[in-house]
Amino acid sequence: MPQRYFLIESRDPFDTTTADSSATLARSLVAEGYQVTLFLVQNGVLPTRPGSRSKHLADAHKAGVTILADEFSLRERGIALDRLVLGVQAAPIDVVVDAMAEGAKTIWH
Amino acid sequence: MSKKKLAFALMDPPFENARTTTAMRLLEAAVRKGHDVSVFAYEGSVYLPFARQAQHANSVRGHSVEEENHPLTKDWLAALLAAAEGRGQKLEWANCGLCVDERGAQEAIAGVRRGSPADLVKFAEECDNTLVIATR
Repeated sequence: MPQRYFLIESRDPFDTTTADSSATLARSLVAEGYQVTLFLVQNGVLPTRPGSRSKHLADAHKAGVTILADEFSLRERGIALDRLVLGVQAAPIDVVVDAMAEGAKTIWH
Repeated sequence: MSKKKLAFALMDPPFENARTTTAMRLLEAAVRKGHDVSVFAYEGSVYLPFARQAQHANSVRGHSVEEENHPLTKDWLAALLAAAEGRGQKLEWANCGLCVDERGAQEAIAGVRRGSPADLVKFAEECDNTLVIATR
């Protein structure tokens, strides 16, 4: 079993209720003792704005999940990097390739 | 970081979903970082390297073909293939043959080969890691 999971969420939680499941899965994996990164991309970055659908991200952060948001996707959507919900860090897409190269179990949703 | 072999499985056709742009960005990052890359294109993604893609004007904006400069996935892929070759890296692209036949997408750019789902198994076995970007 891999010791590190890298989950990629591309969906908008305002559009599909299953988008929040990545954060829930991430929390569950952390509870099982794994190191978990949740990478938000495309419309998956929308809940990084403090708002009604940010709770899942905040809870995941509190649980120990590393949460990254694709810089390009944030810029496309006009989301300011200094106004992200607490615990979310902007990152280049290179982090996905790095995680793959390091052997993390990488899953796209 | 040492050179690795990374595999990607794609399913989306071009010009329809942000996943295509993201997939191309990932391939570019993997090549730029010095890794060997294997891609299995399934279903509509076999049209990503379709050689007869063509730019068009935009009458709504009043743009000519040159002004619109519409991006084409076949050109993105050609650039990635050239970049990988220039750096001495491997970028292998296998189109699912049945998917190609169903869609009449036989005319692919140079560097793309016909394959089958068995290639995805082979890539997953040979490579250090695999990312499947599935159509939703």
